[in-house]
Order: sequence, then C-alpha cells, then structure tokens
Amino acid sequence: MTKKWALVAVAGTLALAACSSDLPEDSSPAGAPSSESRKSEFFDQAEYDRQLRLRTVTPQGPEGKPWEQMLEPEMVDTAKFAKPGGNYRLCFSNAAVDNPWRQVGFKTMQQEVKLHPEITDFVVLDAEAKDDKQISDIQSLTGRSCSAIIISPNTTATLTPAVEQACASNVPVIVFDRGVNTECPITYIHPIGGFAFGAYGAEFLKEQVKPGGKVLALRILPGVDVLEQRWAAANEIFAGSELDVVGVEFTDGDAAKTKSVVSDYIQREGQIDGVWMDAGATAVAAVEAFQDAGVDVPPIVGEDQQDFLRLWVDENLTAVAPTYPTYQWRTPIIAALKILKGEQVPKEWVLPQPQITADTVRDYVKEDMPPLHYAMCGCEDMPGYPGPWK
Amino acid sequence: MTWRPRLADGTAPVLVVLLLLLVGLAIAGPAYDEPAGYLALLKRAAPLMILAIGQYFVIVSGGFDLSVGALVTAGVVIAARLIDGDESATPWVILLVLGFGLLVGLVNGLVTTKLLVPSFIVTLGMLLVLDGATFLWTDGAPRGALSAGFRTFGRGALDVPGLGELPWSVLILAAILVAAALFMRSGTGRTLVAVGDNDAVVRLSGGRVDRLRLLAFVLSGLLAAVAAILLGGFAGVSAQVGNGLEFRAITAVVLGGVLLGGGRGSVVAAAAGALSLEALFTLLNLLGVSGALESAVQGVIIIAAVAYAAHGGGLRHRLRWRPKRTPAQPAPS
Repeated sequence: MTKKWALVAVAGTLALAACSSDLPEDSSPAGAPSSESRKSEFFDQAEYDRQLRLRTVTPQGPEGKPWEQMLEPEMVDTAKFAKPGGNYRLCFSNAAVDNPWRQVGFKTMQQEVKLHPEITDFVVLDAEAKDDKQISDIQSLTGRSCSAIIISPNTTATLTPAVEQACASNVPVIVFDRGVNTECPITYIHPIGGFAFGAYGAEFLKEQVKPGGKVLALRILPGVDVLEQRWAAANEIFAGSELDVVGVEFTDGDAAKTKSVVSDYIQREGQIDGVWMDAGATAVAAVEAFQDAGVDVPPIVGEDQQDFLRLWVDENLTAVAPTYPTYQWRTPIIAALKILKGEQVPKEWVLPQPQITADTVRDYVKEDMPPLHYAMCGCEDMPGYPGPWK
Repeated sequence: MTWRPRLADGTAPVLVVLLLLLVGLAIAGPAYDEPAGYLALLKRAAPLMILAIGQYFVIVSGGFDLSVGALVTAGVVIAARLIDGDESATPWVILLVLGFGLLVGLVNGLVTTKLLVPSFIVTLGMLLVLDGATFLWTDGAPRGALSAGFRTFGRGALDVPGLGELPWSVLILAAILVAAALFMRSGTGRTLVAVGDNDAVVRLSGGRVDRLRLLAFVLSGLLAAVAAILLGGFAGVSAQVGNGLEFRAITAVVLGGVLLGGGRGSVVAAAAGALSLEALFTLLNLLGVSGALESAVQGVIIIAAVAYAAHGGGLRHRLRWRPKRTPAQPAPS
C-alpha cells in the first residue's frame, strides 16, 4: 500500500513540475475581436503619429549608407568627450544573441569594428537574455576604463537604473535597439520604431484582405517595448477597419509552436484570411502550416530573412516585409567614434526603416546566404563579405 | 486451436476513452467529417506516440526516462547544424541522430544499472546536460537548416495505390507499433514486464535484469531520436521543440493504463494513450479552450490515472464479467 501511495506522490510531484514547465506563460486569451478592442497600454498617439510621418521624411546623410543617415536629428555637443589619438577600448553590453536577428546584427557590428583601426579593444559581455546578468555586466564594464559603453538593453524598465549608473561614471553611453526610460545616454540609436513597423504590416492587410476577413496576429513575447509598439499600432489600425482579429497568440519565436498555433486556428476557424506577425523569424513556419493544411496561403506579413524572401518569390505569395534593419548594429560603433572625436551626434539617432514589397523583393533575395540571414544587414559592401555571415 | 486476439490488462479503458474523443472530434470539427482529418491528427500525433512507446519500455520495466524531450531538441539542432541545407548530407546525418539517441539511452541505462542511481535522477541529470549542451552550442538560436530530404519524413507523404496519400510519419509509426507489439509478446518482452513487477524474482530465476533495463533505455533513446527526425521535419529548426515532451510521454503512458513503477500495461495502450492525449488537446482547441490549460489538463490526467491504478483495482474486478466459480474440490482419493 505504501509503495502505491509513494507512486501517487511521485506522480503528483511530476504533475506539479509539469505545471511550472518551460512553456512560457501565454497570457493572451483566444481572440481579441476588433469591435471591442482595447487600446494597448503601450499606445502613444503622439509618438504613433510621429513615426508614421517619419516614414516619408527624407533622411540626412550619405546616399546609399542608411546606417549613417538620420531623420530629423537634433544634434548635441560632445566636445567634452573628445579623446584624440585613437587607442580606444569600446565596451558593449549585449542583451543576447539568442535569435537570428541579433546574431546577424552582432556579426555585422564585429565587422564594423574591424574597419576602424583606432579601436584597439572591443569588450563584449553577453547577458544571455537575463536582466540581472546584464545589470551586473554593465556594472563591471564601468570599472574597465572603457572609452565608450554601448548598451543594447534586455528590457526597458528593469535596465534603466543600470544605464543611469553607467552614465554617472562619466563615460559616454550609447543605447541602441531597445530603449530605456532615461535621457542620460549621449545618443539613443534606433530605426523609426515599432509603431511604424506594426503599421506597415497592418496597413498591408487592411488593403489586401476583404472586409470581415479573419486575421490571426502572432507575437513573439510580451513586455519588450519595440514589440509592444508594433502590436499597439496594428491593433489601432485593425480596430479602425472591418477585419476580424480572431486571435492574438504568443509564439516565443519558435517555429514548432507557430506551426501548431496556426494549424489549430485553421482548424478552429475553418479559414484564415490574413496573418500579421510582429517579427518574421517564424514566418516560414506559418506559411508551411497553410501548405500542410492544403489551403492557399493568405496575405502574410513577414520580415527580411532570406528563407521568407525566397519562399515569397518561389510561391508567389501575397506578402510584405517590414524590416527592423540589422544595419543599425553598425551605427553605435560609428556614433562612438564620432563622440570620441568630439563631433556632434543626434540626441536621438533615428535611422531609416524600409519595408520590402512585392516590387523590390527580388533585389533582396540572395540564394547563397543562409536561410536565417537578414537582407537589410548593410553588409554587402563590407570587406570579407559574405564569409563571416555564412 | 483458434487464436483469439486478447487485450492485455488495462487496455480497454483507454481504447474506450479514445473512441469517445474521436466521436467528440467528429461532432465538434468540420475537418473530422472525412478520413483526411483523422489522418492529419495521426500525422500530428505520430511523434508523441513514438515517444510514448519508448517511454513505455522504460516505465513497464520500473524506471523513468525524463531525458527524451531534451534529446529531441538536441537531435533537431544537431541535424540542422550538420546538414546546413546540403541535401547530400541527409542520410549520414539521419544515421548520426539515431546513433546519438542510442548513445544517450546507453548512458542512461548503464548509469542506472551499474552505478545503481535511480533512473528518475539519471535521466533528470541527462535532461539538464543535454539542455545545457544545446544552449552552449547554439547560444539559444539554432543555426543551419534541415534539407528537404530530411523533412520528408515529418512533413511528406507516400502515394500508396488504392489508399491515396499516406504521411510518412504514419507509416513509420505503424511499423514501430507493430514491431513493439510483437516484441512485447516475445519472451524478452514478457521478461521486461516481469522485471518491472518483481525484479528480485526475475534475477533469482536466471533472467538478466540489468541487460533488460539497459535495453529499455536504449530503445527509449532510439525512439526519441526517431521522434526528433519526425518533429524536425514537421516544424523545422527550433530550440524549443522538445520542451515538456517527456511529461507528455509519461502522461500518455499513464493514461494508457501502464502502472508507474512497472509490471503491468501494454504497448498498444500506451500508444493509444498518446493518441487520446493529442485528440483531447485538439478537441479542447476546437472548443476554444485556451492553450495555456494544456499543462493543467496533463497534470489532472496524471494524478487521476495513477490514483485509479492504485485504488481502482477493486472496481475493475467488480465490473469484470466473470463466470461463477465453485471452490476447488479436493480430488477424490
């Protein structure tokens, strides 16, 4: 009898362990019908309008080098940080390299460093997507006599105090990619922004999908400001349209989960007329779900990975690819060098954020690059291409 | 003497549950009005069913194998990195992945039997080792790509004249299931069950307990590698494909009436348990129940099934049809 009770206890423990499994919390309820849409708490009307407008503004800067261009910059003086003579140690606290976008970006950044002989040391600390590790990484960098500190924060709110501490150490701090809630960094580098990204995709679907059509929204994860902004913009546009958003699901950027979610929705709804995604790393998995179900692939929003672009061309899909260009990883190095030379930089360095449409997609397909290579890397003219990116 | 197919102990309840779920699906979903819908369900469930068969061998012999989920992830990641889109690499990478599964099973089995560490702990440790090694190798984002040839098994189908398109995963599943059922009816298979029931007796009567346990772990690792090939083919490269699969497999086996701790249960029931689990989740999805409840449902099933197995024995006996038996009379002297 006791053996059996012990077994029941073990089974109970197993079950409890399964309840706290590595499956992340998907907080979203199934379906957010557009008729009673709630505005996302990340939605900011003024910023939204500004970003949508910036899409049409002509950038300042060298032609053909979007990573050096700026949109409506307000310059700040950096003369006090000038350190002539070269011999710079640049320090970089990286949130993670846990997705292909970041991996391509990081490779591009490393190659950019190689272009500048005045940088003699490039210290990189990888926080492995953990906030507490990144906080301690930044603290350790402030003690390393860096000429400049570059930070790509893991999350916005939690990393703000650490960034403020770094600023207080009198070393120029550059923040890029995701943002923080403080004005202390010398410059904050980012493309136009999440609202513009989300809007590109949502506007495309609004145009392509018939009124009353069912749209499935797929998101990677909650809580990251750039991603929340994308959904907030799309939500706003869908609310003002006649599209029926049948589901908003989190996929963790995982291909298997994306495929299951899409297949489930196809089964549940009978037909999906459009797919909006906040990032395209799993766009191919979503397309495959439709192919496996034997139905036509509906209009779909992807991103600039090679596997999606190739599939788009080969299968003649109706698609659009907003980009969050990986060439933005070149800009922090350029900005750091400008600051150390005492040149002016914009307080907020807004980079152009192109989208790839059916007219331009063929220019971006590169058959010999790996499937998860990002077309907007700005790396084709760099020495050694394509070696390090393969 | 006519051969009558006999269902092993405890198989009937899970088959009834499966039948109810399939009927439920037919009612709830338009896709299940034709065989193609059920075939798609079988295709999706095939990797889990294969994992459940592997897990059955280990559980019925008295152990646990918690490493299969991490093994599946590792298999997919390794395959993607080594193939890197090159079609010609497919055959040897498939062999390598199967060999890797065999090796992991071998290590699990050897540590359990030779070092006498409980299998729960050994395989838990192996899960952590594989998880960590995978993360170390990929930094969290797997590289490379699986070739179309590799993905045929998980995604593709074979044109069978007369039956139409049968998915490869279903064919592989059928072959494995038949082989497993035949194996369990053989002498080695029966001894495996006996090991789970009372290994001291088996040892005293000359059976090689350690070798049988080792065999069970090796089979579990090998079948996990097969599941990795099918899952990698189905969904592509992913670093989370194996998350939670070991608990799903154990739930499936337990749902199939196999006793945790070993000694009773049939492999067909374990596979039916896996199919029931997949059918249940599909049904819940069709009814609009949130996907987040899947873990909770699994937990309830495990607890209920084990509690039933521990206490429901009396109920089973009372409900079983038995001809009246008179007490034995002593032979007239």
